[in-house]
Amino acid sequence: MGHAPREGFDNPIIEWVDSRLPIFTMMQKEYGVFPTPRNFNWFWNFGAIAMFMLITMIVTGIVLAMHYTADTKLAFDSVERITRDVNGGWLLRNLHMNGASFFFIAVYIHMFRGIYYGSYKGPRELLWILGVVIFLLMMATAFIGYVLPWGQMSLWGATVITNLFSAIPFVGEQYIMPLLLGGFSIDNATLTRFFALHYLLPFVIFAVVFLHIWALHVTGSNNPLGIEPKGPQDTLPFHPYYTMKDFFGMIIFMILYAWFVFYAPDALGHPDNYIPANPLVTPPHIVPEWYFLPFYAILRAITFNFNLFMLAGLGLLAVFMVEFIWRYKPKYLSGAQGILLLVAGSGLAVFGLLADFNQTWAIPMTASTDVPISAKFGGVLAMFGSIGLLVVLPWLDSHPIRSARFRPLFRIAVLVFTLSVFILGYAGSQPSDKVYLSTCLGDAQACEAIEHGNADHIEAGHEPTVLALDNTMVAQAFTALYFSFFLIILPLLSRFEKGRELPTSIHEAVLAKKQKAGA
Amino acid sequence: MFIRNVLTTLIIGLTPVSAALASGGDGPAIPSQDWSFSGAFGTYDKAAMQRGYKIYREVCSSCHAMKRVYFRNLEALGYNEAQIKNIAAEYTVINKEPNDEGEMFERPALPSDAFISPFANDNAAKYANGGALPPDLSLITKARGNGSNYVHALITGYEEHPPHGEEVAEGQYWNTYFPGHKLSMAPPLMEGQVSYEDGTPETLDQYAQDVVQFLTWGADPHMEERKSTGFKVIIFLLMFAGVMLSVKRKIWSDAH
Repeated sequence: MGHAPREGFDNPIIEWVDSRLPIFTMMQKEYGVFPTPRNFNWFWNFGAIAMFMLITMIVTGIVLAMHYTADTKLAFDSVERITRDVNGGWLLRNLHMNGASFFFIAVYIHMFRGIYYGSYKGPRELLWILGVVIFLLMMATAFIGYVLPWGQMSLWGATVITNLFSAIPFVGEQYIMPLLLGGFSIDNATLTRFFALHYLLPFVIFAVVFLHIWALHVTGSNNPLGIEPKGPQDTLPFHPYYTMKDFFGMIIFMILYAWFVFYAPDALGHPDNYIPANPLVTPPHIVPEWYFLPFYAILRAITFNFNLFMLAGLGLLAVFMVEFIWRYKPKYLSGAQGILLLVAGSGLAVFGLLADFNQTWAIPMTASTDVPISAKFGGVLAMFGSIGLLVVLPWLDSHPIRSARFRPLFRIAVLVFTLSVFILGYAGSQPSDKVYLSTCLGDAQACEAIEHGNADHIEAGHEPTVLALDNTMVAQAFTALYFSFFLIILPLLSRFEKGRELPTSIHEAVLAKKQKAGA
Repeated sequence: MFIRNVLTTLIIGLTPVSAALASGGDGPAIPSQDWSFSGAFGTYDKAAMQRGYKIYREVCSSCHAMKRVYFRNLEALGYNEAQIKNIAAEYTVINKEPNDEGEMFERPALPSDAFISPFANDNAAKYANGGALPPDLSLITKARGNGSNYVHALITGYEEHPPHGEEVAEGQYWNTYFPGHKLSMAPPLMEGQVSYEDGTPETLDQYAQDVVQFLTWGADPHMEERKSTGFKVIIFLLMFAGVMLSVKRKIWSDAH
């Protein structure tokens, strides 16, 4: 920055400032003439939209903080006072609480764009990882923010989520929990530190967004074709082309946002959060905010312990994947050894799982006291792992073609993956024991009794078998799909998918499309 | 009129998402009422709110507090300043600060006071109600899924005799719409219980309609301002979007 000779400005005031601090030169270079691929589609609007939402959240949040009181006895009342008595307070609060949802909507679409068009691939790995860091910070900020109004769902959602940290071996119960809560349960000390952090984290997000954009301006933007611009004929200056296009897209997004703010402000929240927090009354269904639901489903999907057999089996399968899929030529093992690894690994994993479900078999080292990873800790690992996988995504998918447009198999995989995230989200919103389908096999009379809720009247020895597809099973199936997308499908596709021929340049592709549309 | 219908349909189409997520599928479906305040242009019915406030004052307020609503807020029901002063003065409150001699004292309530709670604290409320705590009604229609319809259904949903095979304990009442059905609140309203001066029929359904108007306003006093502001904001954004679309097209016309 600032080393290239300046061109100078005609306006003497701008020139006076710029010759001392070349901020106008920088803005001109980074946002004025910045060369941007000419073929963006509307998916490329969501970075700017997310930035707009971040600023909206910070501005509304600062004003709300002027009226909010972080004290368990006063927090709920102070939020109600904001909506009832503070001038424009109802609008500020609606903007802020719906703004969180719309920030996540923008960021989720932005992330989908990144995955679909392979924006995470070299040389943009660090740009992508900074994005995942922003996502994690957003999740922490949103979670903490939902606690502040001190309603029933604030308290109990926080209780469920912070309780997860107690599953971390050795340090969880003794050190992390008290540090997080400021005591033994969620109380005033928790609320005050959450408020302090909720004010701090957005500025940390802002700083990481700055790094994210800095990294973007080093590599330049990806584009729907996934090929690099080769010269000026492939790009347009950022201003006015993309400033105006982003502006238009932002207004369309704002219309949707305004719709919720003014006409359905509570549609995305939970009614229980209009009941003041009460540590003595647990709500019947504790549900997190919608943007956490897929991860909540993954958390709840791990209902089994990971015993040593399963870990050993998974370890062998990992060795197989690394040796035979990631390395194009196996380095240490022969083909026969590979098949042995595959069979032994899956066998051990399945055996371990069966042993866990059938505790009556009494297989050594499978009792719940002897397992290295309990179901609870396994759920926590799976939940954080599901986001952690995004960090290593650039290396899980090493295919040379970026855009899904030229990778038909990858395209299907990404769309199925996206669908499975939606299904996980639905599963996360439903009670674990909800049954979708069930069928009763065996004694007809006994089945009828079960159907009418009179299971007590069945004679001993006549108990039928009930096969049921419940919510936990759905969550488990799609959790498996989520993880296999990253750990199995992407490495396999990286190696075996051929892909279609790439266009020679962005310019030619744009021209061809134009001619086709004209003809 | 056309826009109004389209917007209303859209709103009705969008809101059940939250209601469905919130209800959890316990008990029969809650019947929807035709509220004056639903839809994009819905407003509160002042006469109904005044009747609802009368019901609250004469019936509900003997057990249920409504501590987030202030007498001064009653202006929204169509009362003038003098009427509000008179209404407030019917109640006495203990002043928040002591007098010059350091003694706490009682005085008539002022428009700047909150509605007077029937009990000094939750324990007193529970003790007087057989162990059950009557919830504060300030936010009741927001604190229940599909709140306005739910409260209406609850008030009108009592059954004198529980269904075959079900029993209710002493001091409990069977309600079709209450989750778990066994409710500690006796049927609060019955036909003719509260007298109306404006000739409105004194039926249970009418009482429920009126008290829900009042409670919905109590939970969401800025609803009318919110919706009318929203209409202007969205019209402005739509026009702005049109302008920006033509700006974008003009700029891009030489680039394609």
